[in-house]
Amino acid sequence: MEIAYVRSEPAEALPPPTSSSGPIGWLRENLFSGIRNTILTLLALYLLWLTIPPMIQFLFIDAVWSGSDRQDCLGADVGACWAFVEARFPQYIYGRYPIDERWRVDIFFFLLAAGLIPMAIPRVPYKTLNAIFLLVIFPVVSLILLTGGDFEIGVSWWLALVFTLVLAEIIVLLPALLGAVPFAERKRPATVTLVPFAALALIFVIMGLDFGLREVETSLWGGLLVTLVLALCGIAASLPLGILLALGRRSKMPIVRMFSVIFIEFWRGVPLITILFMSSVMLPLFLPDDVSFDKLLRAIIGVAMFASAYMAEVVRGGLQAMPKGQYEGADALGLSHWQKMRLIILPQALKHVIPGIVNTFIGLFKDTSLVLIIGLFDLLGMVKLSLVDPKWATPVTPATGYIFAAFVFWVFCFGMSRYSMFIERRLDRTHR
Amino acid sequence: MKKTVLPIAIAAAIGLSVAAANAATLEDVKSKGFVQCGANASGLAGFATTNDQGEWTGFDVDYCRAYAAAIFGDPSKVKFTPLNAKERFTALQSGSVDVLVRNTTWTMSRDTQLGLNFTGTNYYDGQGFMVRKSLGITSALELSGASVCVQTGTTTELNLSDYFRANDMDLNAVVFESANEAIQAYDAGRCDTFTTDASGLYAERLKLTNPDDHMILPEVISKEPLGPVVRQGDDEWFNIVKWVGFALVNAEELGVTKDNVEEMKNSDNPEIKRLLGTEGAYGEAIGLDNDWAAKAIAGVGNYGEIFDRNIGPDTPLGIERGINALWTNGGLQYGIPVR
Amino acid sequence: MAVQDHDAGSAPAARSRGSFIYDPKVRGTFFQALVLVAVLFFVYEAATNVIANLQRQHIASGFGFLQQTAGFEISQTLISYSATSTYGRAFFVGLLNTLLVAFVGIVLATILGFVVGVMRLSKNWLIRQLATAYVEIMRNLPLLLQLFFWYFAVLKQLPGPRQSIELGFGAALNIRGLYIPAPVLGPGSGIVIGAFVVAVLVSIAIARWSKKRQMLTGRRFPVPSVVLALIIGLPVLAFFVSGGPITLERPELKGFNLQGGVQVIPELVALVLGLAIYTGAFIAEIVRAGIQSVSKGQSEASHALGLTTGMTLWLVVIPQAMRVIIPPLTSQFLNLTKNSSLAVAIGYPDLVSVFAGTVLNQTGQAVEVISMTMLVYLVISLLTSAFMNWFNAHVALVER
Repeated sequence: MEIAYVRSEPAEALPPPTSSSGPIGWLRENLFSGIRNTILTLLALYLLWLTIPPMIQFLFIDAVWSGSDRQDCLGADVGACWAFVEARFPQYIYGRYPIDERWRVDIFFFLLAAGLIPMAIPRVPYKTLNAIFLLVIFPVVSLILLTGGDFEIGVSWWLALVFTLVLAEIIVLLPALLGAVPFAERKRPATVTLVPFAALALIFVIMGLDFGLREVETSLWGGLLVTLVLALCGIAASLPLGILLALGRRSKMPIVRMFSVIFIEFWRGVPLITILFMSSVMLPLFLPDDVSFDKLLRAIIGVAMFASAYMAEVVRGGLQAMPKGQYEGADALGLSHWQKMRLIILPQALKHVIPGIVNTFIGLFKDTSLVLIIGLFDLLGMVKLSLVDPKWATPVTPATGYIFAAFVFWVFCFGMSRYSMFIERRLDRTHR
Repeated sequence: MKKTVLPIAIAAAIGLSVAAANAATLEDVKSKGFVQCGANASGLAGFATTNDQGEWTGFDVDYCRAYAAAIFGDPSKVKFTPLNAKERFTALQSGSVDVLVRNTTWTMSRDTQLGLNFTGTNYYDGQGFMVRKSLGITSALELSGASVCVQTGTTTELNLSDYFRANDMDLNAVVFESANEAIQAYDAGRCDTFTTDASGLYAERLKLTNPDDHMILPEVISKEPLGPVVRQGDDEWFNIVKWVGFALVNAEELGVTKDNVEEMKNSDNPEIKRLLGTEGAYGEAIGLDNDWAAKAIAGVGNYGEIFDRNIGPDTPLGIERGINALWTNGGLQYGIPVR
Repeated sequence: MAVQDHDAGSAPAARSRGSFIYDPKVRGTFFQALVLVAVLFFVYEAATNVIANLQRQHIASGFGFLQQTAGFEISQTLISYSATSTYGRAFFVGLLNTLLVAFVGIVLATILGFVVGVMRLSKNWLIRQLATAYVEIMRNLPLLLQLFFWYFAVLKQLPGPRQSIELGFGAALNIRGLYIPAPVLGPGSGIVIGAFVVAVLVSIAIARWSKKRQMLTGRRFPVPSVVLALIIGLPVLAFFVSGGPITLERPELKGFNLQGGVQVIPELVALVLGLAIYTGAFIAEIVRAGIQSVSKGQSEASHALGLTTGMTLWLVVIPQAMRVIIPPLTSQFLNLTKNSSLAVAIGYPDLVSVFAGTVLNQTGQAVEVISMTMLVYLVISLLTSAFMNWFNAHVALVER
């Protein structure tokens, strides 16, 4: 009997047919599977063919890269007039900031990058020091650099400082004053309360020093400088304010809750533009006649209020998503309300809503462009202003200017959204 | 130079800032060391614009400098707040600026209902129309049915409507927030005509792609007396702003210029002596030094010099004196006598 | 020491941790009183300042100005308005223009958003990438910039009124806007309108009946095609039967512009386009997230039942996704309505532009005008959220 041939090992798998692997397979799978899909693909290709080549033609091939005035950008089929952007570039960055003083703005940009970049890279150490630099030193230095410092810190400022300090200390010492606890027990909190006030007093003194810098009024600021100042102040103010409002809205105290709800719903219910109008034409009437606010400052306040209402709703979402056990656990440990929030609830809740927070930041960054309607010249405002310059007025100038502004805004916003996705993924890993 | 910081909401809130009983503007100006003027935010060539250095120049701007010169003897002691049409009155009413030098038309309702005081007319203007030459029209009366680009918040918008109604023509107004947007839309062909004060037409025409393709129609459809404005209720400050303006016109009438003002102080002409403060005490009467007018003229020159330097025939705007000539030359500028 | 518990006011008891200072109720009351005092103080300060400022400077106040003659023209009016109308009427003209933009914008943005949202989940790689590019570009650019681009850069390319682009049926496009022939109602046109009303009523009845029948028997009735045939067919039939009473008024070049017909001003086109494209990008993301939130088993089961991909999407996936979609969709609708106030930048006569712009400038009554404007937006916001909450509850009830 002959033994039939039996395979002792499995046969090598054949490679998949070329029609379902490699580039062709990919094409069949993704672009041409079925008639409907093929039609869609062809339509999309046609759409791309209609838009992309003319765009490249306009932006690069036909573009004018150098020139001295409008004559260079006139013609039947001239593309983007980059020479115009090049000539106006300093104004897009600094606005009307005096040329001799622009090094101060450069230092501001540098300090900002020096503070933000290490903060943004998770691996770089010294995060606490970095944060102190960004939140305390950087703002003070920038304010002095950009405005020229040498503020007159009036008596009212010092009085306000002392008054608030006394108020704070009374609240801290209240239990001891009422005899509920011995004074010794409240000594440490009372001393700790002194620290921020001492820092504020120091800042007041520094603000009052004359560094010999020429004063530059905010009405001369413009371009990317104003965009960044508005966005940074808005971001710095809206996050803490938003958290406070969100906590207020979830508070058990009816009056606090009511005010928080009214505040949030009011700012969310009206367009930013009416808020800016209010800040520019109505707010001056609400102040005593000897008090006046800088226009830029008023815009910053308006933008920050608006953003903080949206921020409050984002944070509230995070707070609501926290399981009840977390609150109860913190209570069981005997933590006070603020300890509970600071140590247990907020760190987790904020982590949950990072995408929402960053989206609010992006929205705020985009919204800064609205200040041009009340006569402040941010990047978009500067671009718009340069379009009526008779030296450069050509049919292609507006499109060129807007495309440039769009590119700058897009880089910032897209960068922020990508960074938030990166952080989200990083934090997410710790949960699993 | 110390700058005052905006007193703060906190201070106001806890009741520490005592609202001073409407401090007199002159005292306020003297104590802060500069005059705060409201100027045109969108930049009106020849009247108020900033150059590359961020310095303000122009006809209106020179008026502001004249006040600073009269008060401090230094025309550079000024600060400018750029204001758009919407904000200008609130800014003045609320005290954000001391004086508004922003090509503002003097009308009865503004003078009486808004708490403002107009201090005289430094430029007699009138509203006109700009059209493309290719349209082939020669009169504003042919504009029936035309689309008109106009800036909001101005007397222009109302005059336009009145004019079309009075002449029974169809109006198609397209209203923009700023003159820049209106002129851009006109340039794009959105409108057949652009209307604003005649002085503005000359300034805005420079911003067009091809200024030579456009012409200004002969009709002037309104009276637009433009002048500096102050708040009501402070007569001392009102007098200063008003009389510095008159002094500049008087100086031109009397031939006192920026260059010859020092030697003119030795003149025997009693009118010149009174103007320059070598006779009488007219400066003290308005709370200034007696050589107030001499300082203002030394700072910016007389009315004619300011006109010629910023908007006159030798500038890009090329505006003739016209009705803004001295009354002795058939114009309307008439210096109220100093005596 | 039970005795001291009764005697809470005495010194030793107060010294203990159970002091009333640590009582959350006492603390809460104290803190709230503090907040209340602070807020009231702010309101009081602001109010007294306004009154003092207005009186000192002799600025007119009150709402009497609403009855005064406006004296300016508005380029688009949905209700009759002329320069001799009052400021109050100008307010309504502006309000209606805002509502028009908001409504058209919302409809277009929703359609665009749903289409792109579905495209982002397409099996076709190219389509997916196109949708992603659209979303990532549009939502990362300021809306104001997009409006400027559409209005000042794109519009500029359109021809002047004498070189209008003919779109057929008498419609024309030029830099002054889109011109559509307007229907002129002759005698007997009531029959056509009546036929249309009847068609709509019958359609509603058919829809109800078919739903009932489907519930009872499970058989579907081709509602969309029947309704479409009714609504178009019946009026057309009536039109021919009654001898064509409705004629079209075609726009024609007279003087400077095309006259006659309906003119859609370019500001409206640019604004609606900008708002729809911008908001559509956000809605697309919401729709995508909503569809992804529906578990895959649902669509697999639906396929197993033999439903086509399209039917699966519209009958199974999207109805369930709607519950996730509606709350964020509401806030996008509100955003679009609020963003329509950017009209002021491109000269579209909306509420902010007409009322908080021109009227404010003519009257100088900033407090009254700005407050009224803000109030209108607040009311629109609150009404929209109320409606959407109701709608959301309605949708959520379907859950079993």
